[in-house]
Amino acid sequence: MEFLEPAFMQRSLLAAVLVGITAPAVGIYLVQRRQALMGDGIGHVAMTGVGLGFLLNSSPVWMATLVAVAGAVLMELIRAYGKTRGDLALALLFYGGMAGGVMLMSIADGSNANLLSYLFGSLSTVSDADVTAIALLAAFVVLVTVGLRRQLFAVSQDEEFARVTGLPVRALNLLIAVTAAVTVTVAMRVVGLLLVSALMVVPVAAAQQLSKSFRTTFVLAVVIGVGVTLSGTITTYYQDVPPGATIVLLAIGVFIALTVLATPLARRRARAAEAASAECDMAVPGTRPPTDDITV
Amino acid sequence: MSAPVISVRGATAALGSRPVLRGVDLTVNHGEVVALLGANGSGKSTAVRAVIGQVPLTGGAIELFGTEQKRFRDWARVGYVPQRTTAASGVPATIREVVASGRLSRRKLGFLTRTDRAAVERAIELVGLADRAKDSVSALSGGQHQRVLIARALAAEPELLIMDEPMAGVDLASQEILAATLREQVAGGTSVLLVLHELGPLEPLIDRAVVLRDGCVVHDGPPPKAVGQHALPGHDHVHPHAADEPLRTGLLT
Repeated sequence: MEFLEPAFMQRSLLAAVLVGITAPAVGIYLVQRRQALMGDGIGHVAMTGVGLGFLLNSSPVWMATLVAVAGAVLMELIRAYGKTRGDLALALLFYGGMAGGVMLMSIADGSNANLLSYLFGSLSTVSDADVTAIALLAAFVVLVTVGLRRQLFAVSQDEEFARVTGLPVRALNLLIAVTAAVTVTVAMRVVGLLLVSALMVVPVAAAQQLSKSFRTTFVLAVVIGVGVTLSGTITTYYQDVPPGATIVLLAIGVFIALTVLATPLARRRARAAEAASAECDMAVPGTRPPTDDITV
Repeated sequence: MSAPVISVRGATAALGSRPVLRGVDLTVNHGEVVALLGANGSGKSTAVRAVIGQVPLTGGAIELFGTEQKRFRDWARVGYVPQRTTAASGVPATIREVVASGRLSRRKLGFLTRTDRAAVERAIELVGLADRAKDSVSALSGGQHQRVLIARALAAEPELLIMDEPMAGVDLASQEILAATLREQVAGGTSVLLVLHELGPLEPLIDRAVVLRDGCVVHDGPPPKAVGQHALPGHDHVHPHAADEPLRTGLLT
């Protein structure tokens, strides 16, 4: 347990746990509404925030949060009100955000190493202030994704039905977007902006291989998330490998392992379903009444 | 007599620049079962979606339980079954989880209470899926998906059920269960507005049929009988009440 001794490792592990919890917790709603790549877009937009932070000499984490939230709200508005060319508007936003970030960073005279640390994550540069920011933001994300799970589930499952139950659907959609943006900035220091989305989506995809319910998927995805961020972080202590890439590859490894594990299970279920339908086929002839009064 | 459950007067609506509703009148009284019929594109789905506030009107008025629809907030009194082919989404969910979201109209915040849970179980039982409540909805057949969607609407214990094509893509066994479920609800005093393509197994339940054609009401009265030649596709259905021109309901087209 010698990896627990250095102060930077304690900070890194704390940040890793928080990311492992929050990324799948909000990612599950994005996957549910089939917007798995939204996190990726927000990550691109957050780059401009990081650049602004450097330029204005303020905290890149807080600046990235502000810009990512603004970008996510804009994306949600485009999704809700946009017409056919919504995908182009989103593309403009993504690449504009990315290019803006790189440009601002170069004006601010930030080094390339600094830029790379935000793009791909760098645990050794996580400061005490970063950890405080990450902890506060993570608390917000957990409060929303767990506290409002019934509401967010309904909105992500069937938006029109949710509106007819009288839920404030527009506000909840914006809340999901804002929470996703906050999560992106929480995860930025650990896995980096380019790989944030993977940590939102891959643990959920892996958990789905085994689970039948939303609740199990949620819990399992968070367990997988924490598992891969922690083991990835510890790996970087012993091996000189980038944390973001390690964590994402581990998550994909878990996905593949669970898929292989689940295949015989799925096959057995399919066989059971087949057997049931065979039974029904035999019962149908003779019992089927005419569907109308037409005499043929 | 109390105000009608649904009252639509002179409703007009457009999708883009195309008028879809051109002055529709539609009333559902307390305890009544009204079928909204018409060919594809006749505006029946739009009419129903206007009633629940999902399509803005360009003219006319809609009242729910005597309250102007824009001011209506008591959504727990309305159970809505949207036109869907599936109850599933991008993440697995059990039948119980999907049906439980129907309780949100009763309890917007906080956790499910014992009353909520009992109502969810009752709704699942009503549609005959009690033994599968813990199963993932993605493992269900088309008809079972529809039963889940109806159970979700019933979970709120509504006084009015609004259903958009509940029989579309539903196998015979499920159709009969749905008809039985509906019969039970109607016996309990629930009012129903349903969009149908053809009357089918629900026919004996229906008190009144409103037929739309090109966004206008062309028939409002007893359900048109689909018998013999009259029920065949493309047949000009001349209703006994219709005075001058033949009525093309397009019921089976």
